[in-house]
Amino acid sequence: MSSFEDLLADDGRVEPRDEMPDDYRRTLVRQIAQHAHSEIIGMQPEGNWISRAPSLRRKAILMAKVQDEAGHGLYLYAAAETLGVDREDLLDQLHTGRQKYSSIFNYPTLTWADVGAIGWLVDGAAIVNQVPLCRCSYGPYARAMIRVCKEESFHQRQGFEILHTLSHGTPAQRAMAQDAVDRYWWPALMMFGPPDADSPHSEQSMAWGIKRFSNDELRQRFIDMTVPQAEALGLTLPDPELRWNADRGHYDSGPIDFTELFEVIKGNGPCNAQRMAHRVRAHEDGAWVREAASAYAAKHAARTREGAA
Amino acid sequence: MITPPSSAGLFSYVLGLADDALVSAQRLGWWISRAPQLEEDLALANIGLDQLGQARTLLTYAGEVEGAGRTEDDLAYLRDEREFRNVWLVERAQTDFGVAMARLLLFSAWQSELYAALAAGSDPTLAAIAGKAVKEVAYHLDHAAHWVVRLGDGTEESHARMQAALETEWPYVDELFGPVEGAVVDPAVLRPAVLTTVEAVLAEATLSVPQVARARGGGRHGLHTEELGYLLAEMQHLHRSHPGATW
Amino acid sequence: MTNSVKDWPLWEVFVRSRRGLSHVHVGSLHAPDAEMALRNARDVYTRRQEGVSLWVVPSAQIVASEAGQRESFFDPAADKVYRHPTFYDVPEGVEHL
Repeated sequence: MSSFEDLLADDGRVEPRDEMPDDYRRTLVRQIAQHAHSEIIGMQPEGNWISRAPSLRRKAILMAKVQDEAGHGLYLYAAAETLGVDREDLLDQLHTGRQKYSSIFNYPTLTWADVGAIGWLVDGAAIVNQVPLCRCSYGPYARAMIRVCKEESFHQRQGFEILHTLSHGTPAQRAMAQDAVDRYWWPALMMFGPPDADSPHSEQSMAWGIKRFSNDELRQRFIDMTVPQAEALGLTLPDPELRWNADRGHYDSGPIDFTELFEVIKGNGPCNAQRMAHRVRAHEDGAWVREAASAYAAKHAARTREGAA
Repeated sequence: MITPPSSAGLFSYVLGLADDALVSAQRLGWWISRAPQLEEDLALANIGLDQLGQARTLLTYAGEVEGAGRTEDDLAYLRDEREFRNVWLVERAQTDFGVAMARLLLFSAWQSELYAALAAGSDPTLAAIAGKAVKEVAYHLDHAAHWVVRLGDGTEESHARMQAALETEWPYVDELFGPVEGAVVDPAVLRPAVLTTVEAVLAEATLSVPQVARARGGGRHGLHTEELGYLLAEMQHLHRSHPGATW
Repeated sequence: MTNSVKDWPLWEVFVRSRRGLSHVHVGSLHAPDAEMALRNARDVYTRRQEGVSLWVVPSAQIVASEAGQRESFFDPAADKVYRHPTFYDVPEGVEHL
């Protein structure tokens, strides 16, 4: 196992056929799968507005964005499969609730402005989380994340643009934008996970080079980045304690109600059941199609062999 | 050779083609997050995006032909059911994958022939739009054909479902070839090539050409099924709730 | 590999980003057969004009060197410095060499 330790010490990359500790493999599978599940469940809240997008330009952008999320899920499942698991098994674990996805997607998209808030805040938070993963010690995960981050950059911008247009639009549009930001701000902060003191897996993941920064560091980075953007939008963030701290060189912020996060993780968020039902239905409704394609492939391969004989 | 249409005729014709693409894209959008496999979510989104792109350039052109200053969004969001000119084939809900593929096969086989003819046709703007779109629909046709073959010649269940899907969609084929006001390409001349393409796919798929009565149709005159109203209500609601707003 | 009837096999995808360059491995996907694998590869991995040519290969068909063979396979190349042009001294002023 010394080669594994040497690699990590050297900031080298671990590749699929290398020897690695079982716990490292298990942690990666769990994290990559959860990440992949988040991408594909994340298609739903935004997909919810494809049919109602208020202009054809917005409809095209949104379709492309939700499609990208399917792509990101796919890249990540592919990365997980290099660790010796099957996508089918991972999906099964998602469908039976044995693996989780990001709690943020258990919130509903009630208005068009929510599509903007998701792009700006949720994708913004995701990017802060994901950029360090491009240097993750596991090669296939890092490479998948490089691809995801490259594609993701348009997602945050289009969200910001939606909100900017709304906040400079009619009073009703402006109110819609502010309402969306009010509802998505705290859940976006919770995307960085529990505070460092309560984060059970963090320390080991840092040692393994899977994680590069702590939850609280990343959360702070996101807040510092986002506050000036909110000012540019002319929207307020729903935290009265948010103010610049010159001594720290960071924004101070109010306490996060983590009981809410744990409630949603436990399954008591507004949309948990709906998201799972949608996902499971799509999978079950597609079973006959997947079986047919396999049957056709088997028949066809058999015919080819007969033809060659 | 048909005589060049009046601008009102051309407006109506281009609008019909635009509405076909727009309504079809709207129905395909439903599939994103509901496809049988993740790879197919991406494929259907690509096809929907192509169709939406075609709809946008065609609507913009229709607005120019009309000369009343209407934009793509004015035409997409501010017309009522009776003003839409799309065929019935594209407007009904399609929540079964077999139906979606049967419809895509018919629609893209027709669009392929149509766009190829328009690309070589007398209207330079339509020729340019069609010249780009003909490459896109060639891929749609290829995708649909691959699926129809796999479902038709897959399992016993998929064969039965694919044949049933075909029976569901076939009544709407005729309308594609009906006479249209302002036509740049005579719809009737497309029929033999479209049917040849489709029947070759069905033969490979071990499916039979349905013997079913044609649907009444009338989309080109603004007479639709009841389903279009719901589609438009959903598509247009937000835009119409904020008159004059920009998005 | 334990593929049930429902599971589609895994394929590795290689993309040539432009003419003159080699195909490069970009990831994998699932598809029931080669024709669909190629089409899925197009839809998944070339949405942003990333490619002009695609290869798909069943993952099970890839033959790879073993991690355990790394030393015997690759270390012996380390001391063959004479294979590299910088190993050789060239008098000053000599060009095109």
